[in-house]
Amino acid sequence: MSHRWGMVVDLDTCTGCEACVVACHAENNIPTAGPAEAARGRAMHWLRVERYWEGEYPEAKLKFRPVLCQQCDAAPCESVCPTYASHHTDEGLNAQVYNRCIGTRYCANACPYNVRQFNFFNPTWDKPLHLQFNPDVSIREVGVMEKCTFCVQRIKAAEITADAEKRELKDGELKPACAQSCPATAIAFGDLNDPESKVSRLFQSGRGEKLLEDVGTQPKIVYLKRQATA
Amino acid sequence: MSDYAVALTDDLLRPLIKTSWRFWTLVVLLLAVVSLGIGAFAYQVNAGIGVWGLNSPVFWAFDITNFVFWIGISHAGTLISAILRLVNAEWRRPVTRCAEVITVFALMIGAMFPIVHLGRPWLFFWLMPYPSERLIWPNFRSPLVWDFFAISTYLTGSSLFLFLPTIPDFALVRDKTTGWRNRLYSILALGWTGTTKQWHRLESAMQIMAIAIVPVAVSVHTIVSFDFSMAPVPMWHSTIFGPYFVAGAIFSGIAALIIAMAALRKFLHLEKYLHPVHFENLGKLLLMMSLLWGYFVFAERLTTWYGNGVSEMTVFWQTQRLSFAPLYWTMVTANFIVPVIILSFRKLRTIAGCVVASFGVVLGMWLERFLIIVPTLSHKYLPYSWGSYRPRTPEILLLIATFGAMVLFYVLFSKLVPIISIWEMKIGQHPQLAHESQTTDEAQTMWRTQP
Repeated sequence: MSHRWGMVVDLDTCTGCEACVVACHAENNIPTAGPAEAARGRAMHWLRVERYWEGEYPEAKLKFRPVLCQQCDAAPCESVCPTYASHHTDEGLNAQVYNRCIGTRYCANACPYNVRQFNFFNPTWDKPLHLQFNPDVSIREVGVMEKCTFCVQRIKAAEITADAEKRELKDGELKPACAQSCPATAIAFGDLNDPESKVSRLFQSGRGEKLLEDVGTQPKIVYLKRQATA
Repeated sequence: MSDYAVALTDDLLRPLIKTSWRFWTLVVLLLAVVSLGIGAFAYQVNAGIGVWGLNSPVFWAFDITNFVFWIGISHAGTLISAILRLVNAEWRRPVTRCAEVITVFALMIGAMFPIVHLGRPWLFFWLMPYPSERLIWPNFRSPLVWDFFAISTYLTGSSLFLFLPTIPDFALVRDKTTGWRNRLYSILALGWTGTTKQWHRLESAMQIMAIAIVPVAVSVHTIVSFDFSMAPVPMWHSTIFGPYFVAGAIFSGIAALIIAMAALRKFLHLEKYLHPVHFENLGKLLLMMSLLWGYFVFAERLTTWYGNGVSEMTVFWQTQRLSFAPLYWTMVTANFIVPVIILSFRKLRTIAGCVVASFGVVLGMWLERFLIIVPTLSHKYLPYSWGSYRPRTPEILLLIATFGAMVLFYVLFSKLVPIISIWEMKIGQHPQLAHESQTTDEAQTMWRTQP
């Protein structure tokens, strides 16, 4: 059975702790831009937790929304890339081929979510982070665009293992780093082609909404609206 | 033949043969400016494109502004000259070549930016369809690939359009010079001897090129506008962009042409050939384009305002009232208010008046492109990801260097090629000799102008 990977983020349980951001950095060898570059607007996160304030103090309420690549089925980034560095895989992922990217940055401009990250310089890591690279993920050089892959290295590894053991992947067997590290289990990940999977069921939830759905990008991430008033 | 023809030939060949120290000083100065830009580019390649002021989410700014601006300037030439040729406007004769040269050089400068702006410029050839051993083609759905085809077609076409009517002049220079010049112009003249057959062929070729180049020019800036309008991003995703960009391109092109002609007139002493009436006519064209530009901006802004889409209005107010408002209203003043005031009154439509209006338009059109790109990118849908932009030294140097390069190319060209088409001026004086020359003898006399 072919897979179609999707994600559900429960905004009710998300506490905005940003453990997902840290886990994503560690898993995907994302460089640390440093304070000076971050001040220039070049902080690099494949996943960011957006904060929105509602109301005025002392009645102010804080809302969080983890935003990452929405893995759109009609992705604006893919059609504008002149070299096919940004392209659609058979499993519905928006793949980014780093070696094929020449850095026009057109994809990032076309992306309504601003989730694409650009290597303005060769990557650097604050010590001792340079000692903990993930060997399954390549390092990206200067001038190359990168973004959330739904942890494609984990997807491939799990598929290969399941193939070798001649069985189907089980729902929940496979988690991207963000979902794995979320203490509130706000992030669910799974196969949308499997009607019994957790994400498939949550996709049908009445609380579900897709981010900027009006733009017509057909994202594969569903956010579950907040119900709690606290 | 007439004294006029002799004086004309002498006047227009003089810059090719006599070179003063002023010329070399200017060339050295311009080379210095251009090398600043080359230095900035080398620094950027070495250190990474982060030495520019770009950031997330403003991934394009000066680079693509310069690209669109220079491709726009390039519409001066070929398009204006082709239209004037097709309608057989007599006053075009001293204007066409100045205009056609602008096209070729502005295109060369503009076309550099899709390469210069790359994160990895050394891989620019992946934008082109070339036989790769891995059988990988560029993505034909990408407007950047369309750009490649549009610009290379336009560059080829406009180079031919510039070269064809220069052939008889090259032959003339060949016959009037000795030494290295004679050898150089012998090659460039392609064996032109001025036979009736050659004249007829040249005329047909010019006719074909003049017709063919118009749709090419229109398509080029439409495709450049598609770089923006194909992206589902507020204020970019607009159906008006194609014609709006083409109008803006012709607008800025005419302005550049007026400035170039005024400079040539002053520094090469061409007062006898570039008359106030040429500036007057081009000034009227500029006025018309200014009104057309104002109309496009009005139509674009009004529909956005009535549509009242949340994301569109965010960008809209950024330019009308908020952080980009000073630049926006400078643009409106420079592109519309000043030119319309100056060019509407005959008393102000002098050479100086036209030049002032043209400088305004060049500034305004650069700002227009900047204001299309940056406010949108810095204020896309999700407010949390908004940003801002401030240019840094390398990209400012690159911008200055483009102007230096344009002037340098122009100065060198007018040193090597008669900047006013000598044979076309002669035909203007003696139209009966041109098309109706029945014998080779007659045609050759007309072109050589031996007294």
